[in-house]
Amino acid sequence: MKKVEAIIKPFKLEEVKEALSAVGIQGITVTEVKGFGRQKGHKELYRGAEYVVEFLPKVKLEIVIPDDKLEGVVNAIVKAASTGRIGDGKLFVSIVDDAIRIRTGESGNLAIE
Amino acid sequence: MTPDAAPRRNLNGYDTRPALAPGTVTKEKTTMKQNRQHTRPARAIAAAAGALAIASGAAHAAAAEDAVAPLDQTQVLLDTMWVMTAGFLVFFMNAGFALVESGFCRSKNAVNILTKNFIVVAIASLMFWATGFALMFGDGSAFIGLNGFFLAGPDNSPLTDSTGYQGVFSSLAWTGVPLEAKFFFQLVFAATAATIVSGAVAERIKFQAYILFAALLVAVMYPVTGHWIWGGGWLANLGFHDFAGSTVVHSVGGWAALLGILFLGPRIGKYGKDGSINAIPGHSMALATLGGLILWLGWFGFNPGSTMAANTDIARIAVTTAMAAAAGVAAATAYAWLRLGTPDLSMIVNGSLAGLVAITASCAVVSITDSVFIGLIAGALVVEAVITFDKLHIDDPVGATSVHLVNGIWGTLAVGLFANPAVQDGVTGLFHGGGFRQLGVQVLGVAVVGAFTVALSAALWFVTRAVLGMRVSPDEEYMGLDKSEMGLEAYPSDVTTGEYTRAREA
Repeated sequence: MKKVEAIIKPFKLEEVKEALSAVGIQGITVTEVKGFGRQKGHKELYRGAEYVVEFLPKVKLEIVIPDDKLEGVVNAIVKAASTGRIGDGKLFVSIVDDAIRIRTGESGNLAIE
Repeated sequence: MTPDAAPRRNLNGYDTRPALAPGTVTKEKTTMKQNRQHTRPARAIAAAAGALAIASGAAHAAAAEDAVAPLDQTQVLLDTMWVMTAGFLVFFMNAGFALVESGFCRSKNAVNILTKNFIVVAIASLMFWATGFALMFGDGSAFIGLNGFFLAGPDNSPLTDSTGYQGVFSSLAWTGVPLEAKFFFQLVFAATAATIVSGAVAERIKFQAYILFAALLVAVMYPVTGHWIWGGGWLANLGFHDFAGSTVVHSVGGWAALLGILFLGPRIGKYGKDGSINAIPGHSMALATLGGLILWLGWFGFNPGSTMAANTDIARIAVTTAMAAAAGVAAATAYAWLRLGTPDLSMIVNGSLAGLVAITASCAVVSITDSVFIGLIAGALVVEAVITFDKLHIDDPVGATSVHLVNGIWGTLAVGLFANPAVQDGVTGLFHGGGFRQLGVQVLGVAVVGAFTVALSAALWFVTRAVLGMRVSPDEEYMGLDKSEMGLEAYPSDVTTGEYTRAREA
């Protein structure tokens, strides 16, 4: 099993979700996060004083999938989340030891399919 | 006691003569009535007289037996309805202040600032009833009123019979409404003055310190200078003109706020050790904008209501008020955009209030064109004042000093520049052929009221600090006053609230 964590631009969430549905993904966990990469922040002005917004809002998706779906999922996210401009985000893949469905107690691939 | 001497009064009709002895009142009443009419433009009198004739002819024949002496019942009814309605509008300004101030503060202090705004209405009501109204409007000396504490009369207004005025509030005998109407209208003004301070000292002052200071402000400070100007005191006798309170209400509140800031110091993080100025953005521009519009609406009670009579002048006063606010918005928008690079909404909201504060003194005596000039200058002035106070490291989270102090002064001086005898007889400014006389009196009033208010508010803040302490600890300030002082958050997000609690119970 693999876990894919993708940090994307918030307005791309809808497209990414649809792209993942199209490759057969049934469950996604989404978190609103803040951070910066090479995009850095931007400056705002309030009552004549400047301040820097360093941490920009992003959305983080977490998906745990069987190994054989990895390539399709990665391609779907990269294609759907890309604008070609700085700040599009990143995607991390890691190995997951096990998964258990709480309702039934099923484990392994049975729990995530 | 010289009832036949020409009465000295400012144009809102505040009678500045000393209290009358009971034996002289019948004779006095005629003079007062004639004088009250004399101060109005001829067309207003004609219109009012016409309306009166129709109304009284239909409803009340009784008052017609003496055309001069007793007040007409219908006019008393109309005056009372207008004064009360205007007072209700001014009361609603407290909602505006609460929204502007909480919107300009951080969410971690929202409950604290809202509580202060709410409680100050109650404190002001009780204090103004106990001592404020008596010190301000009660008969006494040229410096202070000394009669009528707890609204204890005597007072026989409205003067619907021929006995003339008998009572201890002779400075308000000119208006034809019941004593309770006079008191209520002045009460909501006092509440406004007290509220000005809370925004300036927000996010760092101890709750109880603010409450104590606000109580003292309404109980003793605001009424004394108010007596000088509206209570028949010495500034009124000199011809100082402040129709609805640029000085009486706004600059007094502004000076008290400035002294509060100086005693407290800036919020942690506002100014860097290298002298840099950091922005501390307010948490809700939506609240602040709604508050600004409510204040704008409330001002149509504040200024036109200060006629304390239902006459046709209220239309013109509403228009000068509206134009000055509009000009203030336009000028603040343009000035902030050019000076700072963006049309900052917080500055635009301040701009409307600046125009309104600036027109408050002169709204009854300037032309509509001149009210636009007064508002334009106010709008630019408030933006520049915010920038300047920030450079001086005077940390005012909501711009209360820039709005109420700076433009309270500007509005008071504007009387001496723009007052126009073609609009209303009696006060003439520099630009309309009056020379420097009126301007000189206005400058004197600004200076003396300023000096007195600075000295007394310094003393009151000093007492407050000595008795209760003034500033929360740095830890409390970091945590936010909602958690540290109030024990209640404006926007709770803890997992023990809302849906999680219900889920656990199920």
